[in-house]
Amino acid sequence: MSQPLVNDVSISIATENGSGSASANNILYKAIFKMGIPCSSKNVFPSNIQGLPTWYLIRVSGQGYLARKDVIDAAVIFNDVTAQDDVAAVRPGGLVLYDSSTPLAPALVRPDLKYIGAPAWNLVKEHIKQPQLRAKQRNLIYVGALGKLFGIPLDVLREVLKDTFGKKPAVIESNLLCIKLGYEHIESAGERQEVARLEPVPDGNQGKIMTEGNTACALGAIFGGCTVVAWYPITPSSSLVEEMIARVDRYRLDEKGRRRYAILQAEDELASASMVIGAGFSGARTMTATAGPGLSLMQEGIGLAYFAEVPGVFIVVQRGGPSTGLPTRTQQSDITLMHQGSHGDTKHLVLIPHDNATAFEMTWRAFDLADRFQTPVFVMMDLDLGMNISTSNPLQMPDQPMDRGKLLSAGQVEALGGKFRRYLDVDGDGIPQRTIPGNAHPGAAYFARGSGHDADARYSESNVVYKETLDRLRRKYETARSVVPKPVEFNGTGGKAGLVSFGTTYEPAREAVARLAAAGQPVDHLLLRALPLTPEVERFLAAHERIYLAEQNRDGQMTQIVRDDFPKYADRIRPVLVYDGLPPTAGEIVRQIRAAG
Amino acid sequence: MSETTPAAPQTNRLNLTRKQYEGAPSTLCRGCGHDAITASIIQACHESSLDPRQVIKLSGIGCSAKTANYFMNQSFGFNGTHGRMAAMATGVGLANHTLIPIGVSGDGDTGSIGLGNFAHMVRRCLRVCYIVENNGVYGLTKGQFSATADLGTRLKKGLINPFEAIDLPAFSILMGATFVARSFSGDRKQLAPLIEAALNHKGTAVLDVLSPCVTFNDHEGSTKSLKAIRENREALNELDFIPSFEPVQIDQPEGTDLRVSMHEGGWITLHKLKDHDPSDRLAALALMEKHRNQGKFVTGLIYIDEKMPDLAEIEQLTDTPLAYLTEKELRPSREALDEINASLMV
Repeated sequence: MSQPLVNDVSISIATENGSGSASANNILYKAIFKMGIPCSSKNVFPSNIQGLPTWYLIRVSGQGYLARKDVIDAAVIFNDVTAQDDVAAVRPGGLVLYDSSTPLAPALVRPDLKYIGAPAWNLVKEHIKQPQLRAKQRNLIYVGALGKLFGIPLDVLREVLKDTFGKKPAVIESNLLCIKLGYEHIESAGERQEVARLEPVPDGNQGKIMTEGNTACALGAIFGGCTVVAWYPITPSSSLVEEMIARVDRYRLDEKGRRRYAILQAEDELASASMVIGAGFSGARTMTATAGPGLSLMQEGIGLAYFAEVPGVFIVVQRGGPSTGLPTRTQQSDITLMHQGSHGDTKHLVLIPHDNATAFEMTWRAFDLADRFQTPVFVMMDLDLGMNISTSNPLQMPDQPMDRGKLLSAGQVEALGGKFRRYLDVDGDGIPQRTIPGNAHPGAAYFARGSGHDADARYSESNVVYKETLDRLRRKYETARSVVPKPVEFNGTGGKAGLVSFGTTYEPAREAVARLAAAGQPVDHLLLRALPLTPEVERFLAAHERIYLAEQNRDGQMTQIVRDDFPKYADRIRPVLVYDGLPPTAGEIVRQIRAAG
Repeated sequence: MSETTPAAPQTNRLNLTRKQYEGAPSTLCRGCGHDAITASIIQACHESSLDPRQVIKLSGIGCSAKTANYFMNQSFGFNGTHGRMAAMATGVGLANHTLIPIGVSGDGDTGSIGLGNFAHMVRRCLRVCYIVENNGVYGLTKGQFSATADLGTRLKKGLINPFEAIDLPAFSILMGATFVARSFSGDRKQLAPLIEAALNHKGTAVLDVLSPCVTFNDHEGSTKSLKAIRENREALNELDFIPSFEPVQIDQPEGTDLRVSMHEGGWITLHKLKDHDPSDRLAALALMEKHRNQGKFVTGLIYIDEKMPDLAEIEQLTDTPLAYLTEKELRPSREALDEINASLMV
């Protein structure tokens, strides 16, 4: 019998969605976090409101690895429908916690696993008076059971209940009762497991915040000065704007209680995109949040914003595609669309957060970049980061005043001699000057259009003028290469191999790098943070013979972009592709790197 | 021989001449109804002393959309994408609710591709003077039917339209428009005051303006040819718009049957030619339904409601346009962020 791992375990909790298990799971997760141990949680839920299977994956890692673990050490099998598969997924020597109110079906028994039962249904039937609450409270039985089995002090669980339900003592009492029932059952039955042990780390998680990525983005938008939001509900982006709605009044009401913002639920994504364009043209800092299907609808609008040079922020919370795809699974497969959205020759700025702190940061920066470059700017999120509760460093205050770009006042138009030329490249960086409606100077107005136009925004079909416009837009994009967030480099082994990751691929990638280093295969690691790709990326490519690029899509969308931008090094790049809709594991990345050679 | 001094161009209260309300020269076909509508817009804006800097011109795509460039070149304008002008206007209205948007659209732009967005713009009571230049065809793409083509009308090439026409005024009323009118490009006497009133309306004002396409829909068999429109118009009322800066008459002008006080000041005075009360929503819908497929076009003010709040009011927007708020008002403090971080610590 192997020794129990300390602070290194993954638990998969299988329940039915809509049964209240999410609440119970969050309590368990927060309790482990409170013990000071780094831990992550990933919710694998169906595209459904209630009654289908859902899994909650907790990973505890004293070493601080927060990606989904390669193996499942322990499973809670509280959903009969999936129990067979859930048992099959546990690694040899692992643990299964089941509801022993009914005897375990023989088909579910594997000789290489440890089985521990808690009679959850019986306990709630006995102790919970209202029948309609029993399904919900049943989940807390396993929380208590796991707590006792893995060494989570009851006091910590009690504290989490107080933090979560502080204003509802009756709820705390009822929840605590059920947790205790599970806890005490394990205790009195003398059950033990040898899979893992949790030991508190004093101040281990001090200074860390815990939230959903979407919430971090919502706050980033508020701090970024966003005033107009046009959106259409779509999983997994809906909660982003809903969080904004829940919080914005605290910061944006005037003395009369009226709003210094407008958040409008549009009738569809076509409208959302066009509202963003109208608002951006008029000078408001504006955004929308959507997912793949919505992004597809917005393509025409994005092209208009690109060509007419209108600022706007488009947050895309990616999910499994194509088409309706897997609305409740994660992916990074809208990269090509964000990079090159809309027909014709278009290229867009894309900012890529990888945790809550950067979700906040990249969002407020997006507004500055949109204004500065007078163009749509995308914030690349995904379901994993957006909807899962994760931990990070605290949100950092913006480190620069709001950048409105080359926005001319009436006085400035006058200083130009009263004539202002909307699409003239005044200083060679490709970015023209801009005015907004309401400008009092009679020379400030111009007529924008999505059709071909000259430097004065007049309609033009001239081949010379048209090509000049396209070239200037390209110049603008090239200027952005030195302005967008730079990648972050790790390791610097001076070795021949490099690994590039971005977004939520970062966590499993960095664990993979550690694993490879321990196995004598050092790999340098580059975390991409934006498009366009900056010179640092090219230097990284030049410095390595083989570069693995890990991303969550089938066709290597980011790989394609890197190869296109730096064709000299195209052959060196080996895509590492994970695209089954689940958050990647370090093991899978290692496996593919080794297979690629 | 005496020389006559040319009359000084008429200036309005802003000391602007009518010429200063013009835009670029039109590139539309000679005789196009849309150009006549443009002339009415220019007259209406000039006579109501509208400040061009307060106006924003918006359009979609089509022949009608081009006309946004042909008036008020001192105003900002945006020629956007096909069918999306209503949504774009909504974004504009949220960003700066002090602007007066003039939206110019066509029957394809509003009746087909833009119908959904149009419906929701209306439903939200966005303040906009929304003019549909309605000729029953797609002019710019050379003569296909539009959704407002009447049942049985004939294309130049001979095709007969087998589908019901969308009645834009009826549709607008149903979606919640609070100012609905129909007119004809060739009737400036009726159209210009309607536009003036629409510009002063604090909500969605929809003007369905029949505007014959001389190139693709002016032939025998077309129900929207110049001839057909002239012969089949039925004016509901004669309307005059009295701006707020004109003295209020104690006595109503002779023949006035209805006087409507506008939310933002000014009055509409109306002389009924047919028995229709434009403040009665049900009557307006019944009227449109009665005339459906009868081959007749009722013109004039069909429906008005000056009491509904507009989108800016519904959204409780602060006085300063959102686009003009500064960092001080928009970015919460460092202390606020500290508080947020503290609240996110477990």
